[in-house]
Amino acid sequence: MKILVAVKRAIDYNVKARPKSDGTGVELANVKMSMNPFDEIAVEEAIRLQEAGKVEEIIAVSVGPAQCQETLRTAMAMGADRGILVQTETEIQPLGVAKLLKALVDKEQPGLVILGKQAIDDDSNQTGQMLAGLLGWAQGTFAAKVEVGVDTVDVKREVDGGLQALTLKLPAVITADLRLNEPRYVKLPNIMKAKKKPLDIVTPADLGVDVAPRLKLVKVSEPAARAGGVKVADVNELVAKLRNEAKVI
Amino acid sequence: MTALVIAEHNNAALNIATLNAVAAAAKLGRPCDILVAGHQCRAVAAAAAQVVGVAKVLHCDAPHYAHGLAENLAPLVVRLAANYSHVLAAATTNGKNVVPRIAALLDVAQLSDIIEVIDPETFVRPIYAGNVLATVQSSDRVKTITVRTTAFDAVAAQGGNATIEALAPGPDAGLSTFKGEELTKSTRPELAAADIVVSGGRGVGSAENFAIIEKLADKLGAAVGASRAAVDAGYVPNDYQVGQTGKVVAPTLYVAVGISGAIQHLAGMKDSKVIVAINKDEEAPIFQVADYGLVGDLFKEVPALIEALDK
Repeated sequence: MKILVAVKRAIDYNVKARPKSDGTGVELANVKMSMNPFDEIAVEEAIRLQEAGKVEEIIAVSVGPAQCQETLRTAMAMGADRGILVQTETEIQPLGVAKLLKALVDKEQPGLVILGKQAIDDDSNQTGQMLAGLLGWAQGTFAAKVEVGVDTVDVKREVDGGLQALTLKLPAVITADLRLNEPRYVKLPNIMKAKKKPLDIVTPADLGVDVAPRLKLVKVSEPAARAGGVKVADVNELVAKLRNEAKVI
Repeated sequence: MTALVIAEHNNAALNIATLNAVAAAAKLGRPCDILVAGHQCRAVAAAAAQVVGVAKVLHCDAPHYAHGLAENLAPLVVRLAANYSHVLAAATTNGKNVVPRIAALLDVAQLSDIIEVIDPETFVRPIYAGNVLATVQSSDRVKTITVRTTAFDAVAAQGGNATIEALAPGPDAGLSTFKGEELTKSTRPELAAADIVVSGGRGVGSAENFAIIEKLADKLGAAVGASRAAVDAGYVPNDYQVGQTGKVVAPTLYVAVGISGAIQHLAGMKDSKVIVAINKDEEAPIFQVADYGLVGDLFKEVPALIEALDK
């Protein structure tokens, strides 16, 4: 079977985002961008399934500007076989991304789609679930363990109280949580090899998908900063402050 | 028009996160119904009918709703959506799992993790790990929303008197099957709702050493949390994780032990009322958000703190 993996180019997880001074958006000029960390986990899982002989081909897909080619090359350097960029300069919201991915799923007919559970820029945590809904497929979100069988997949999910085990009918959509695996480091020879792997570029119009945003961004602002606190000398001073000043214990 | 809140429950009891979601619905200034879909969950429907501000409880009982599977629950909500202007759920793992599927089936956008209702079309939600607040407006016919529970004070669980209406179940989609669950057993308060949280980070060093965090938590009657680094290192299970991609908490007192204060951790706890940080690195970013910072070795300071609390 084929696996389709969706990867997003997002702000690097070490960078603290700030609103633009005019409040129209987030300052992203000259900010370091990387593959969304949960999508790295998704790519890694696809590769491990391929290494286990469960998967013939891994197709990495990204939606966004031309620079997303770098993100796809990273996925291919990790081990994806080819890439598809749905190129667009405009902002695409999760529902639009899900519709684009559905169009590619209809075309490529993968048995499994794996995505990160959440992108660390807009923090939506929606695309995988939306894609599963549009396809009428089962969804295994926040996956901590994935075992692919013949026509089903067993998924252990991270839920609020612990873990939940589900069996899903294939084809299915899975979203990766933190503990699913530890993504491999990309080796230099593989970066060179990835440059030769096929990368197709299409547009939302090519796929016949309306990606007009549904949510209007009115403004962005900075949350109220916490007032700076004090350092205490020792535990006795700390307990005294908590009892008498903050009155929280 | 009315708002619909999807109840969070385990078929036996109503999860209090539902009360926060009802509180957000109340801010819309319109009546609110609650959907209780589950299996043998009559007691939950009865509890939901007591919640202040609820007009009607829709009780749908069938085996395939027992575990909140999105493949079965989403079509049920879609069937009801014509009667509602808003569909809300708490931003728990269940809410996050099902609401986007509902949105896609309705061909509408979803608003994740709202922290403020400006008007029935306009909401504030944190993005970029809470470093930016986005005010967004939806013109979709149905607004589908998950609610950050810490941003809305729970409505009273008692005092309401809603009618309970039985709802005919839809079919089992047959796409997914519940196989079991491994729930963390703890006598401590629930992390997301605790008054006091004691969290440990990478500095704790090992799963065994986490006992020191638990000891302090028990002294304070607190829940135990952890940073992503501590979860990553395997010291504790993932459901302990406080942060951007874990749980968001806002207790009265948050004690961060051996946590440096990465962006993604701060996103999950910086709305706590009082923050205490214990860390040996005085330059650690956690001290920038801490009301009370104690620079020192946690293996010395935490036992000393436990002792000082006895005095």
